[in-house]
Amino acid sequence: MPNALDVRHLSVAFGRQQILSDVSFHVEPGQSLAIIGPNGSGKTVLFKALIGTVPHDGAVEWAPGTKIGYVPQKLDIERDLPLTGLDFLRAKADVAGVPAAQAEQALALVELPVSIASQPIGTLSGGQFQRLLLAFALMGNPSVLLVDEPTAGVDEPSEAGIYALFGRLRRERGLTILLISHELSLVYQAADAVLCLSRRRAFFGRPMEILTTERLQDVYGANVKFHLHDDAVSL
Amino acid sequence: MTMPSASDLLLPLAMAVAAGLVGSYAVMRRMTLASDAISHVALPGVGIAILLNVNPVLGALAALILGTLLIWAVERQARIPTEAIIGVVFSAALAVGSMLASGEELLDALFGAPRAMSGMEVVLGLAAALLVIGFLVRARSRLVIALVSPDLARTTGINVSRIDLLFLLSFALTVALGLRFLGVLLMGSLIIIPAATAKQVAGSLRGMQATSVAIAVVATVAGTLIAPSIHRETGPVVIIIAALGFFASLMVRRER
Repeated sequence: MPNALDVRHLSVAFGRQQILSDVSFHVEPGQSLAIIGPNGSGKTVLFKALIGTVPHDGAVEWAPGTKIGYVPQKLDIERDLPLTGLDFLRAKADVAGVPAAQAEQALALVELPVSIASQPIGTLSGGQFQRLLLAFALMGNPSVLLVDEPTAGVDEPSEAGIYALFGRLRRERGLTILLISHELSLVYQAADAVLCLSRRRAFFGRPMEILTTERLQDVYGANVKFHLHDDAVSL
Repeated sequence: MTMPSASDLLLPLAMAVAAGLVGSYAVMRRMTLASDAISHVALPGVGIAILLNVNPVLGALAALILGTLLIWAVERQARIPTEAIIGVVFSAALAVGSMLASGEELLDALFGAPRAMSGMEVVLGLAAALLVIGFLVRARSRLVIALVSPDLARTTGINVSRIDLLFLLSFALTVALGLRFLGVLLMGSLIIIPAATAKQVAGSLRGMQATSVAIAVVATVAGTLIAPSIHRETGPVVIIIAALGFFASLMVRRER
């Protein structure tokens, strides 16, 4: 079975500033890949290169027929933008050519009440907006989910809920998930593979090969500790 | 001045609907200042058309399309301060335009001078208005997603650069539609003021668009009917009515 994604020698530069250089990795269908690295190591830029919104060198090859659902970390939305969550989801249903009822189904899946989604998107809290973006990504039946820091600005109980949802989506829909995360303990336990970006180079492999104390110290430039949760989560 | 007949109101009405719709997206895309600037670029076109003795609206339309392509090309190049370039290019357009046109012609171009139009002009005008309205209604979902996030739009399969270009072109066409009627300076205002007003009071996309169109239509019709009786040009009266609506909406918003 071909890989869901093959990336070979990917480099991105903004002017003279090199953001990513010579990054290679692959993701098998149905796998979860966690992308970690310190701030400024190019994690979000990598996602933008994967969806084709920043110019890059090297090869990014998605399997034929791949449908991407992208969940950005945050969007710059005016508070008084007169656009409700439902307006936004129905627009997606229209463009993706799926029934408008998928909007309500997606909201139920991410556990966001319709009453909240009926409010203007600029007034939603961080966690609510994150769930709305996830619902948007899930509409149109994507085969791959790209999620940028799903738990930034989300309280801990919601955080656990969001990760549990990813696990469920993977099992039930066979989704391939690429996830940018700061949650090293979770990555260690739950991801199938890890891509660790640093300003100098990238490391790709299984969590136990990548998440060694020495490497984390080298990449993050400080003592990084993570503890393993007792309750195993599957991502 | 005589009172306009119902058929005289048909084209202004279609223009107002197009302006209300285009404006709702322009305001949501935070193009308020850029919109004013885009409408100024019509002026050198009018000047050149007068020099060449062709219909000024055609000259304006040609200049608007060129200006639109320029903005679109600049926007595609990330990391260039678009606002600054738009500001400079279009102030220059205003300067060049005012050098090319003079006196009465310049005033007409700036503030509009509705006068009897030929049947052909009315038909072409209506066709252009319907084209703009049809595009904005059909492309609604694509426009909405692209204005929230170009990245999300792209992963949804939307050709963002194409939809941006089509939107800017429909903006330019709407400005050209209103040139005779409101002029270069005031047409930008008829696009922006009703939409900015609607944004203050509406809580949903449908609500904003309906309000924006309603305000543009009411201001246009009321202005057209009132102006002759107070012996003033139509354009300024239309815009004053629209602006009064905006200030009223600020009060409504404060009370919410």
